[in-house]
Parts: sequence; C-alpha cells; structure tokens
Amino acid sequence: MKPAGVVRAIGRTTIRNIACLGHYGLFLLTSLFWLFTSPLKIRRIIEQISFIGVKSTIIVLLTGAFTGMVLALQAFYALNKFGGESLLGPTVALALIRELGPVVSALMVTGRAGSALASEIGIMRITEQIDAMEIMAVNPYRYIIVPNIVAAIIAFPVLGAFFSLIGIWGGYVVGVEILGLSAGTYFGEMTNYLDMQDIRMGIYKSLSFGLIVSWICCYKGYFTSYGAKGVGNATTQAVVVSSVLILIWDYFVTSIFV
Amino acid sequence: MITLSNVHKSFNGNIVLNGVNLTISEGEMLALIGRSGIGKSVLLKHIVGLIKPDAGDILIDGININRLRGKELEAIRKRFGFLFQEGALFDSLTVYDNVAFPLREKTSLSEEMIREKVFCELENMGLEKDAHKYPAELSGGMRKRAALARAMVMQPSIMLFDEPTTGLDPIIGQSILNYIQACHKRGGFTGIIVTHDVPRVFSIVQRIAMLHDGNIILIGTYEHIIQEKNPIFEQFLSGNLNGPLTYS
Ligand SMILES: Nc1ncnc2c1ncn2[C@@H]1O[C@H](COP(=O)(O)OP(=O)(O)OP(=O)(O)O)[C@@H](O)[C@H]1O
Ligand SMILES: [Mg+2]
Repeated sequence: MKPAGVVRAIGRTTIRNIACLGHYGLFLLTSLFWLFTSPLKIRRIIEQISFIGVKSTIIVLLTGAFTGMVLALQAFYALNKFGGESLLGPTVALALIRELGPVVSALMVTGRAGSALASEIGIMRITEQIDAMEIMAVNPYRYIIVPNIVAAIIAFPVLGAFFSLIGIWGGYVVGVEILGLSAGTYFGEMTNYLDMQDIRMGIYKSLSFGLIVSWICCYKGYFTSYGAKGVGNATTQAVVVSSVLILIWDYFVTSIFV
Repeated sequence: MITLSNVHKSFNGNIVLNGVNLTISEGEMLALIGRSGIGKSVLLKHIVGLIKPDAGDILIDGININRLRGKELEAIRKRFGFLFQEGALFDSLTVYDNVAFPLREKTSLSEEMIREKVFCELENMGLEKDAHKYPAELSGGMRKRAALARAMVMQPSIMLFDEPTTGLDPIIGQSILNYIQACHKRGGFTGIIVTHDVPRVFSIVQRIAMLHDGNIILIGTYEHIIQEKNPIFEQFLSGNLNGPLTYS
C-alpha cells in the first residue's frame, strides 16, 4: 500500500469512529431530553425495574456471597503475613463497597438483563414494532428507552448494595466461622475504617454503571441491523461494550475520588 | 389528498422507486398492485414518512411530510392508520392491549370507553374470543386481523393497508374486504390497498395503479385499465408464465 493510501485509510477509520461516537452521544442526549421534558411512564418504569432489577436479585446475591467469601480467604492470607488479621473486616468491606459491589453486580446484570434488553429492542426494531409506534405518534424514546434508563439507574445501586452486604456476610462466614476471627473484631474494625465517603463512591459508581449499561444496550438494540443475525450481533456487542466501559469508567471514577 | 411527485429511492444501488408520480384524491380508495419485491411496501412507507425519499416530495394535503418535526409531524401522523405487511403487533402486549394501545396513548378516553371501542373493533374482525392472547399465540391470519383492528380503531382519515388479505382464507378475506369497504363508505377515509388479491379487490376500489420497474406504469378505473390491454397487466392478472414478465 502506498503511504497516501495508508494515511487515507487511517483518516477514514478515524472519521468513521468519531461519527460513530457522535451517534452514541446523540442517542443519549435524545433520551435524556425526553427523560426531562415529558412525564414519565411510571407503569413502564416499574415493569422494567422488575425486569432489570428484581429478576437479577438471586444472581447478584449468589455471586456477592461467593465474592465476599473468596475475598476474605485471600485477604486473610495476605494480612496474616504481617499479623494484620484484625483488619480483615475493613479490608473486605472497603473492597466490596468501593469496587467489587458496584462493578461485579453491574457486570452480572449486564450479562443477564442488558443482553435481554438489547435483543428485545432489536426484535422490536426488525419486526417494525418501533415503526408502528412512530406511526401512532407514540415516541419510542419515551415509551421504550427512557423507562429502561430510569429503571437501570434505580436498580443498579440497590443491586450493588445487596452485593456488598451479602459479600460482607460471606466474608464473615469465612473469617469468623471458618478462620476463627472474633465477630467483634470483624465488625468492630469495620466501623472504624469505613467512611460515608466510601459508601457515596459506591453509589456514584452504581448510578453511572446503570446509565452506561442501559444506554449502550438500548442503543445497540435500537440500531440493530436486520435479521436474526443482526439482533444476535447487537446483543453480543451490547454486552461486550457495556462490560468494557464499566471497567474503564470504574478506573476513572476511582482515580478521581481517591 | 396525497401527492407523490418524482419520488426516487434506492437501497445500496438497488433502485426501487424511480421517479414515482401518484395522486390520490380525498376520499378515494386506490389499489396498488405489482410484483413481489417491486417496492409497494417501500412506497407505502414513504407516504407516512417512515422512509425518506432520495429525491422528490410527498405531500399530504399540500404539506410536505418530510419537512415536519415534533408536534406537526405528530399531528399529521394521528391522521394515518397503517397496516404493516407483517402486522407489527407489540409482542409484549395481548391482542386487547395492542388494539387499546393507541387509544390509551393518544386519547383521554376512560377505560370503559376504550373497552367498548376495542371490543367493537375486535368483533368486526372476529377476534373477540382471542382478546387475551398474545401475538405469538395467534395464527398468521389472526395476527393480520388484530393488526387491522389496531390500525382502524382510531378511525383515521387516511388508511394504508399493506396486504390486508394475504394469509387469510377466502371467506375471511372477502369479509375483511367487505368490512374495509363498509368503513370506507361510512367514514370516507382516503385509502391505499396494496394487495395481490386480484381481481377480487377491484370491486371495492375506485382506481387501480400498477407499480413496475420503479414507476406507476398504469393507473385508472378498472374499465379504463382493461381497455388499455397492457401486456404486463394482463399477464399479471392471468398469472401466465409466458409474457413480458419473467420469473427471476
Ligand atoms: N430497509 C431496506 N433496506 C434495503 N433494501 C430494502 C429495504 N426495504 C426494502 N428493500 C428492497 O426494496 C425492494 C422492494 O421491497 P418491498 O418490500 O417494497 O417489496 P413489495 O413490493 O412490498 O413486495 P411484496 O409484495 O413481496 O411485499 C426489495 O428489493 C427489497 O429488497
Ligand atoms: Mg410488501
């Protein structure tokens, strides 16, 4: 390939990617516009909270418990090396509340509900249900997208909190029941080291993950290409892009707040 | 009145509409026929602004639908009823809720009034016993009738039917055509029926238009069209395999 060709190819790819980013941004702005300028569809929001949130509870509790347990095992192993076992409680709690609770629960919900969201909206697109709404002068953003975003923003922090709570309990089971720490040490030290700031950070993260996941998954479904294959691709991409963005965004938030 | 003037549309180099001109006057019912894949559905979607033309204008009572935004577009869309070829029923809602959907979203009628209207419409389609079913539980023909009920329930002033009788048995098909005709006579909507149901549909429309190779090649009353002895139309009607139309 000639140098000019390379430059042209790079330029074209860059332009396409920037245009693509703009498209994502526009979708989010349109959704937020309708979120703030028109009355909310409460019934749809409740349905979606049930779909995104309530139905993810079991899986979040299960993964939360085991995450807390393995975290306690690992932390105990490390702390034991310099005789700091008494700090097991705060170590587990801080890791869960600040990082693992929001992040892992968001990843789990993305896998369970985000993918379903993308494929459901994708199918509505390819079977012309979204077109039908438009012809009836019903705004599909208001009816489909906004309820999902609101539901995710409500559900994610709650699920993240569940995850952390059950994780701390899992850490208690391992640390106190199995490794023989006293319950007083496990919980007592926790209150000494845990700040409101830490909890706030967990909540901020969960809120932003809720927005990211609902945004990406709705976008991918809404602009799916045609056919079963199109919807399949949209679903896969929705999960991959959401998960990657969760981790990247997590790093940024942590680095700003620390 | 609906006017299409010089409408062009192609998808990735595949030319579908190549300068279509078509005028449908107030209260008229027009049948749009043509071979499968020739662009009838695409043409219909242009009229409601779901597909934008590459060139040309679509005017509804003199208003260019592609220039409208927000409230104005909403106002004009409320005048349309559209039957999608595949129904486009909301698969998360029951038949009843599907038909009630536009009433709930776009009117302030009480739930009892809505119930009355929905059941009236469902009875006309012979679906009153299936009101609680979800679209996935219906046969293809039932789905079509449910979609028709949803399109008609707002009593629109412009009705666009994309193959209302395809997939229905001949008797239900005829009763649907009769029903459309009765509604047309009573409500006086302007309508376009895209259909392969020839010649039966000719009895309920004023004019017939044939789309072929991106253009309306033939338009007029049945008597008028028959006299023209257009070879394409005659072959289309008879289903003869020999003639200007080839199987490709
Ligand atoms: N969204 C789209 N993207 C690309 N091509 C399309 C799209 N919609 C329609 N086409 C093409 O336009 C042409 C006309 O399609 P259309 O659905 O209007 O046919 P039709 O006349 O309604 O056929 P039928 O009688 O089988 O319903 C086809 O060749 C189709 O491939
Ligand atoms: Mg068609």
